[in-house]
Amino acid sequence: MSEQATPTANVPPEQEPSTDFVVRLGIAQRAGGLIVPVMTAVLAFLAGGIVVAATGHNPLSAYRGIWDGAGFNWLFHIPWNTNTVNLDAFNLTQTLLTTTTLILVGLAVAFPFRCGLFNIGGQGQYLVGLIVANWVGVSFASWPTLPHVLLGIGAAALAGAAWAGIAGFLKATTGAHEVISTIMLNWIAIWGGQYLFGQGGPLQNTYNPAAPESGTVVQSAHIPVFWGNPVLQGLDYGIFVAIAALVVFWLILNRTTLGYEVRAVGFNPEAAAYGGINVRRKYIQAMAISGAFAGLAGALDMLGYLFQFGVLDVQASQIGFLGIAVALLGRNTAVGTGIAAFLFGGLLYGTTRGLNPSVFDPSLAGNLTSMIQGLIVLFVGADVFVLYIWNSRRKLRPKRRAEAAAA
Amino acid sequence: MTNHAQPLQETHWAFQPKAIAVAGSILGLVAFWSALPPFTVRSPLVPILVGVLGIAAGLWAVTRGTRRLGWGAIASGVIGLGLGLLATRSSSGNLHVVFAADLVAQVFVFATPLTFGALGGMVSERSGVVNVGLEGMMLMGAFWGVYGADKGGSWVVGILAALAAGGLFALLHAYWSIHLRANQIVSGMAINFLALGVTGYFFEQLYGNQNIPAGVSTVPNVAIPGIDHMAYLGPAIGDLNLLIWVGVAFVPLSYFILFKTPIGLRLRACGEHPRAADTVGINVYAVRYAAVVVSGMLAALGGAFLSIGFGGGSFTENMTEGRGFIALAAMIFGNWRPFGAWGAALLFGFSTALAYRLPVYSSSAATLFQVLPYVLTLIAVAGVIGRSVPPAADGQPYVKQ
Repeated sequence: MSEQATPTANVPPEQEPSTDFVVRLGIAQRAGGLIVPVMTAVLAFLAGGIVVAATGHNPLSAYRGIWDGAGFNWLFHIPWNTNTVNLDAFNLTQTLLTTTTLILVGLAVAFPFRCGLFNIGGQGQYLVGLIVANWVGVSFASWPTLPHVLLGIGAAALAGAAWAGIAGFLKATTGAHEVISTIMLNWIAIWGGQYLFGQGGPLQNTYNPAAPESGTVVQSAHIPVFWGNPVLQGLDYGIFVAIAALVVFWLILNRTTLGYEVRAVGFNPEAAAYGGINVRRKYIQAMAISGAFAGLAGALDMLGYLFQFGVLDVQASQIGFLGIAVALLGRNTAVGTGIAAFLFGGLLYGTTRGLNPSVFDPSLAGNLTSMIQGLIVLFVGADVFVLYIWNSRRKLRPKRRAEAAAA
Repeated sequence: MTNHAQPLQETHWAFQPKAIAVAGSILGLVAFWSALPPFTVRSPLVPILVGVLGIAAGLWAVTRGTRRLGWGAIASGVIGLGLGLLATRSSSGNLHVVFAADLVAQVFVFATPLTFGALGGMVSERSGVVNVGLEGMMLMGAFWGVYGADKGGSWVVGILAALAAGGLFALLHAYWSIHLRANQIVSGMAINFLALGVTGYFFEQLYGNQNIPAGVSTVPNVAIPGIDHMAYLGPAIGDLNLLIWVGVAFVPLSYFILFKTPIGLRLRACGEHPRAADTVGINVYAVRYAAVVVSGMLAALGGAFLSIGFGGGSFTENMTEGRGFIALAAMIFGNWRPFGAWGAALLFGFSTALAYRLPVYSSSAATLFQVLPYVLTLIAVAGVIGRSVPPAADGQPYVKQ
């Protein structure tokens, strides 16, 4: 159809890649990289539906309930009624709030992935951002809104960058595997957060010493809400920051020297080093940028709608881990991550608070989300498997035709 | 051939740097212990003296080439000295609350899931498959263990169910890592998410809002006749859960299998140089499959200990709460060796047990104390004190030629 090089064909053709890679690249080019993510999502929802059906629930009504709970049905009710007294519109604002976070924690996984690093520490970097944003939001009460919010966001992004930078630094200087160090940094952040917000902790609130909770962010540090009621968790301008981050991610990767070098290291660190790229520095930079995304996610959550965080919230928070599924499903690209974040945002909100309990039990549905998340990560991890299933449909087709002819 | 032949007789084992370093580490422990019940020495002189002896032993060993153990002894001496001094200044009443004899029992309770998990991770990684899915396999063991014990009416059924569930998820991980050659870390994380969802879903589905009914058959405790009524020793080890002893027994057993049998040699060969192993006729795929499944079963035993062992027949969503990851840390901290992993598991268990008792001093400090295992592991992988080195082919899929 076209002689144009597709964006996935970044590998110099004179290199002699393994046959495995050629097969994968060929398939990816043919489908524009769409088959695997779409098939993955379909398979995961199918498998989840089988579990739902096997345990005696109607999977179609369950998924319909989740769809409505996420507010996706609002999109099809034209003319759009933006008043959030309307439940569908309210649900959609909540889904978009979750999407904001997921875009950023997704980017936090996607960016280092392009450099050949697997950042499992999104949760820890997110928490560090959350904690710093809370501290800034509770302090500096006399500041006007714009500088106060900017200070909170900036400080949180820097803190996240520093936190992830530890893993990058260790990888660059001692070769410590980033997966292990980011897992450890996660738990240090989780326990550190429980210490800071807990009883007698430095960031515990001043008005109720019995409650292991942080102080409340003052009004001047609230990110303004543009859709919905600010008192009832309306949608704040943070989502535009997240969308801007998607653009920044794309620009850095595709239009800067840094991005070129990061991708070169991701393809082959030895070749990149041979070409004069400082691989160690790229590791540190990639992790720091990734941490900045995750820290930003924490800041937008804290200053956008949480305003307060407790020890129990620290223990229950899982959203940073979802970034792995978001990034992998989005093939570590800007557009893909955005779409996957919207899907997971809807899934996450639609299976919990958005879900009508009479349609499907939210305590089951919440676990269904974990299951689908696991299946998606599993299937993305083995695109060979997904493509095998995709290809086997050709084997099925003549058989069906033969059956139809016989009947 | 050479004029400077080494003298034939070797130094007596007790005077080798290794033994001295181990002795130094123990002296560090004693420095702290001397200030604790039952001895409760109140003079700061004793911990100082013993601690300095430990540090000296460590220094001596380091200068003779035993770096890792030697630095360990120095660290142990410094920490023992510091903690011992702190203890002599604390009130004796508080010390008796925190360091009662049943602290030992509690250390074993906290260390046992980590021991199983760390040994499991070790078996898998020694064969060349990274297993960050330990957490999920442990969680599967915890839920299906208590389900089996509840429906099957006996804890034996529970253990079997846990083994099957953990083994099944491990098989999934094995298929993904070995056959599909997927990224093993991605696959392991997927196992964790999947296990969280599956156990939570079926817990809600099968038990609804009610908890696991009371009176589920649980793994019994072992009362050692003669010891169970003794002072100190009785509350410490006289009445421990059967699975704790199984875990302890698995440590020398896995050491023996891994380092003294042909099976262990094959396993390690697959993790260090699979091509070489293949050349001499070892079926790398089969060995790796077996190792990963055994790994999942061991992790599941650790999970079962949480639900039907010490847990007394209970389950809560996400019951393992990251213990699989601490087990992973213990394995790394223990340098992919059975006794090292066990030592790390005991150390991490000790820090958790202590954190549960430290609130008599300060509740916020007790929380902060919980980060200790993770900080120590971070230091260990960074290689500040003796580098942790994984098997050479760890995480690399093997392609047969």
